[in-house]
Amino acid sequence: MNLLPLAARNLLRNRRRSATTLFAMMVGAMAILLFGGYARNINLGLQTGFVQHAGHLQIQHRDYFLFGNGNPAAYGIADYRRIVDLVEHDPVLKPMLKVATPTLSLGGIAGNYAAGVSRTVIGGGVVVADQNRMRQWNDYGFPIVFKPMRLTGTAPDAAVIGTGVARVLQLCGPLAVRHCPTPHVEQASGADLPGDIAALAGEAQAQRAPRQATTIELLAANAHGAPNVARLNVVAAVPQGVKELDDMIVQLHFAAAQKLVYGGDTPKATAVVLQLAHTSQIPAARARLEQLLAQHFPGQPLTVLDYATLNPSYGQIVGMFGAIFGFIALLIGVIVLFTVSNTMSMAVVERTVEIGTLRAIGLRRAGIRRLFVIEGLLLGLAGSIAGVLAALAAAWAINHAGLSWMPPGNVEPVPLTVRVWGEYTMILSTLLGLTLVAGISAWWPARRAARLEIVDALRHV
Amino acid sequence: MQAVVLDGVGKQYRLGQVDVPALTDIGFEIRAQRFTVLSGPSGSGKTTLLNLIGGIDRPDSGRVLIDGQDLDALDDDALSDFRARRIGFIFQNFNLLPVLTAFENVEYPLLLARVPAAARRERVRELLDAVGLADKAGNLPNQLSGGQRQRVAIARALAARPTLVLADEPTANLDSHTGEAIIALMRRIQREQQATFVFSSHDPAVLAEADDAVHIRDGAITAIERRDGVMA
Repeated sequence: MNLLPLAARNLLRNRRRSATTLFAMMVGAMAILLFGGYARNINLGLQTGFVQHAGHLQIQHRDYFLFGNGNPAAYGIADYRRIVDLVEHDPVLKPMLKVATPTLSLGGIAGNYAAGVSRTVIGGGVVVADQNRMRQWNDYGFPIVFKPMRLTGTAPDAAVIGTGVARVLQLCGPLAVRHCPTPHVEQASGADLPGDIAALAGEAQAQRAPRQATTIELLAANAHGAPNVARLNVVAAVPQGVKELDDMIVQLHFAAAQKLVYGGDTPKATAVVLQLAHTSQIPAARARLEQLLAQHFPGQPLTVLDYATLNPSYGQIVGMFGAIFGFIALLIGVIVLFTVSNTMSMAVVERTVEIGTLRAIGLRRAGIRRLFVIEGLLLGLAGSIAGVLAALAAAWAINHAGLSWMPPGNVEPVPLTVRVWGEYTMILSTLLGLTLVAGISAWWPARRAARLEIVDALRHV
Repeated sequence: MQAVVLDGVGKQYRLGQVDVPALTDIGFEIRAQRFTVLSGPSGSGKTTLLNLIGGIDRPDSGRVLIDGQDLDALDDDALSDFRARRIGFIFQNFNLLPVLTAFENVEYPLLLARVPAAARRERVRELLDAVGLADKAGNLPNQLSGGQRQRVAIARALAARPTLVLADEPTANLDSHTGEAIIALMRRIQREQQATFVFSSHDPAVLAEADDAVHIRDGAITAIERRDGVMA
């Protein structure tokens, strides 16, 4: 017989008990989906942030990722223009590609010698127009407003620094940085600019506008290890969210960075950053890039790295949320297991005479087992569907409540959103998972029901 | 022709630490297409004997043969299939499935026997008509009186055209008027369908309708009455 209608009607017999079980399952499914949606949101938010700032893929010197921090200039790619050109015109990559842009990383010492202060910094030279295009990537539809880089439309010698750098270099006043305390030390004068630095910067000084209150000197080693200095005009101090970064970051135009590091030599880039239309295109794009690099630059030690490799914290955070999600799902699974098992055990006791009757008129033991397992599965399915609907409603309410939060590493609050709608894999997994758990939990009572002796069952009071 | 043969059948139950004999060395035959009553006082072993004949319990000793088939030779699934095809049950408490309508209750054994839908519907209508409940087909058991429920149970027992119908005190929970009507109905149907009916009952009205009566006391047969005389 088709046991489905019979199982469904049996569930409707004790409406209150079935409703209680369904409610427990609904709350469980909703909890899993809401947390999963929140974790998913964080995952995609992080991904969006990384992709907006550093692209999906980067072509680098083979050893730059591991050893380049010490001396970025030594791991430059001389043919970066050809690579960008090749990538932009490749028929396979072109449909996937949003942006291909070079970057140059450098390390050095930034000094405000007028105040007699300096500190070590890490710098990045970027093509501002490309970076602005990259920051408009929002494949997951986050409610974020595009903000162009502060370097946009600035002079070639402009720089943007972290607020920590501004604080140490005592530029908070001229840059109008809020909440920036000043140290209680004696102020130095511009005469404190060391002679050797002054000499290195002399030529540049002669050609440029007079020193302003926001001028800094950036000392960096060039490709040969010799020091070089660039005088930069800081146009803004931008908080970075992470103090270590905030205390060290200096951003400048790509050409200015190249001039500082390579001077009159062949200018290079430390990476060619590629942003794709969709993250799912990474494997295909990477395979094609490796093919192109092997074909057109056979002698060069180049490699292709994805955003997850470049940002190990991404994998750690995603892994952490995955573990918490798994733990919550496991707990809820166990609760569902016992709830459904208890409900089905009570049903078996109550329907013992019916079990005997069904067996007497010819239903096999397996049929009894199937009947109760189907009832469990139906309970699981109904509870999960109710949970999915409740989660969708709750997610909608949360997403429209105007809540915000400050994720670690962020400088501005972001909207608190829960991503359930559209996460079909998560919804389907939760639905099937909880249904399966309910089916499994019904199995033991079903087995007990099937093993009843018919005459004992018929005599049951 | 024998519908049922019992050969040295014994059955005992365990009550705490004690084995209580329910049936001892039962041996008799039930004639096919007859109305046979197992009669005896409460606790005499009627229901136990009926359970063994119906294949819902197994004897500790001896054999039960239905239409020549030794039930002990069948495993649990085969015995279930055998019951579905060959044996109909009518219970004292009707034992209808409360979530199924009268129609569906009668239809259920036909589903187990995998009868095609059209034939199933026709058979159910025919049976409900035969028991006078054609207009109650859509009613749930709790929307029927005791007599009506028992009529549905009779229809259900006959649905798969079993060769043997077993009824355990079918009138015990009915008033005398309804009980008599039910007995008359079963008698009529038994004749019409040429089925073998076996009852357990101590109701004199049922006994009066019997072709054969098997008297049991303390787990043993004391007498077998046939229309053509007393055998034992």
